[in-house]
Amino acid sequence: MTHQFPALSPEQKKALSDIAQRIVASGKGILAADESVGTMGNRLQKINVENTEENRRAFREILFSSDASINQSIGGVILFHETLYQKDSSGKPFPVLIKEKGIVVGIKLDKGTAPLAGTNGETTIQGKEKSKYDDDKRCAQYKKDGADFGKWRAVLKITSTTPSQLAIQENANTLARYASICQQHGLVPIVEPEILPDGDHDLQRCQYVTEKVLAAVYKALNDHHVYLEGTLLKPNMVTAGHSCPKKYTPQDVAVATVTTLLRTVPAAVPGICFLSGGQSEEEASLNLNAMNQSPLPKPWKLTFSYGRALQASALAAWVGKSENKKAAQEAFRKRAQINSLACRGQYVVSGKTDAAAMQSLFTASYTY
Amino acid sequence: MTHQYPALTAEQKKELSDIALRIVAPGKGILAADESVGSMAKRLNQIGVENTEENRRLYRQVLFSADSRVKKCIGGVIFFHETMYQKADDGTPFVQMIKDKGIVVGIKVDKGVVPLAGTDGETTTQGLDGLSERCAQYKKDGADFAKWRCVLKISDNTPSALAIMENANVLARYASICQQNGIVPIVEPEILPDGDHDLKRCQYVTEKVLAAVYKALSDHHVYLEGTLLKPNMVTPGHSCPTKYSPEEIAMATVTALRRTVPPAVPGVTFLSGGQSEEEASINLNAINTCPLARPWALTFSYGRALQASALSAWRGQRDNASAATEEFVKRAEVNGLAALGKYEGSGDESGAAAQSLYVANH
Repeated sequence: MTHQFPALSPEQKKALSDIAQRIVASGKGILAADESVGTMGNRLQKINVENTEENRRAFREILFSSDASINQSIGGVILFHETLYQKDSSGKPFPVLIKEKGIVVGIKLDKGTAPLAGTNGETTIQGKEKSKYDDDKRCAQYKKDGADFGKWRAVLKITSTTPSQLAIQENANTLARYASICQQHGLVPIVEPEILPDGDHDLQRCQYVTEKVLAAVYKALNDHHVYLEGTLLKPNMVTAGHSCPKKYTPQDVAVATVTTLLRTVPAAVPGICFLSGGQSEEEASLNLNAMNQSPLPKPWKLTFSYGRALQASALAAWVGKSENKKAAQEAFRKRAQINSLACRGQYVVSGKTDAAAMQSLFTASYTY
Repeated sequence: MTHQYPALTAEQKKELSDIALRIVAPGKGILAADESVGSMAKRLNQIGVENTEENRRLYRQVLFSADSRVKKCIGGVIFFHETMYQKADDGTPFVQMIKDKGIVVGIKVDKGVVPLAGTDGETTTQGLDGLSERCAQYKKDGADFAKWRCVLKISDNTPSALAIMENANVLARYASICQQNGIVPIVEPEILPDGDHDLKRCQYVTEKVLAAVYKALSDHHVYLEGTLLKPNMVTPGHSCPTKYSPEEIAMATVTALRRTVPPAVPGVTFLSGGQSEEEASINLNAINTCPLARPWALTFSYGRALQASALSAWRGQRDNASAATEEFVKRAEVNGLAALGKYEGSGDESGAAAQSLYVANH
């Protein structure tokens, strides 16, 4: 603690900071298209499409071959490992297709969760390889292959006995360790400490837990000498549990969420990109919009990193048929644009919102 | 960590938050007039005045008789215990004189530093025992905020992890107890300017210390919107050969704060730590014109840097009282401008205002 041994040169810092700023530039957010093979299986099953590598490729191609103007709403795309090395029908690698539009390419780096023995079903994160040294090599390779940011997801849950002190501390520490490794390789780490919406707890409980978790995350990032200006945060919004009998408005969610962030997230962090966590497409947009309209101060960008909440309508329009490509792209473009407006507090709901947009996308105990 | 047991009601939170916002209202800062008997001895010794209770009373009277001009630039005054119960010549309690000007009264509640065994001369701060009862009494007697000072120092092997952790913890405990009694805690983790370290080293240490402080405050369930922070500015050590501009100091300071102080904290009131009056004002001004975004008020809580000229003008003579008060008002107004980024400097390099007020190992 007494002496500084700089982790990054000024040039490395500037590169990381520039990448982060580009991802969360005004009106832009992230398309989380990094569903693992298993998770894509869940998505495709819902539209009766077989979970083959080609089908996964085809759907991602629909998203990534959207008109270049999508770059007004999308600043970054997170890819799963398989997808980083796939190509479009003309043979163009997906990272190239995405970067051509001026969108930053990111990569999911974690390999899901591992149990913490002695806890009430709690977990920590595990990396792709057998050792952290391998994660090091993996990061370097991804950077070469076109990624400029990486994402690590930790999972916590609320019950009468969780999250435990150990779970909070262990997940915070692991997130910080991986953030440090990412930065060493020029990848902006997106730090994702997701607190699941499962449960019947109320809004206040979620706020309390989120404050404790985020405080631990930022202490760990500081301990690990992580350069905050070159990171992004991907938290849950503060919401009631999915089976909470009490209903809250987007304004309630907005105030609880922004208050939590003001108490825990240093202003040096350039952007906060919320996960949608099972909210419907419309809900996720309305909540984000309410936050950006809130009179509370917001020293960081408040934007989106949505998976389900950006893709549900597109999936429903596609149903695996290539002739539906344009309709699927239009559905995606629409949600992207709505979320872009929500980032600026300018989303005005008009007319009827369609069924797919309103469908809750909640999956119990969600793992990627 | 799983369940909340609210420490404060909504009403208690509002009261604390309102007090904090009043203290750091735009253009306002704090007069730190809480020198202990021992510290006053050093001040009075420098102007050849005997350190008696009466002289201390007369001196604080000089400051507190300032006219309504100070209403615009002083949001709070920190008292030492003795001073809370002293009166002006006409019998008006000092506490009342201050409150009548619409200024919030604060009280120093720590009981000084004690050694941490097994460290390289590091300390923690004592005063937690009976603190709740004392706070309750001070609140009745007119105080709405308190101050507790912890001290850390930079050397080859300090501050140690223990010193950082222990001081952060004791600050958080103090803050929690204050809030239970309706008192806004000013949290002061001072990193001394002693040493020859450069600006970067101070920035690094300040970031580590402040991160620990805010983790401890979170652990102790302290309501941040009802607190203030009183840190050192990020500066080089007092015997560092490299000189830095106010802009460099501002950049280093604001960067450190942006990385560690949650935006929910309403205000940061810098200690002057031995900087001259003019230096402290120029640096505060640079901080408020720094191009980085600053989500908290950035203002002053100055002792020496508000009082040096007043002390030298007074020299213990009643006849000099008005002139001395005027010196104080002048510095208060200058710092009020600096808190808004509107101070253009005096151009005067000489005189009491430019004199370093550094005291080794303060």
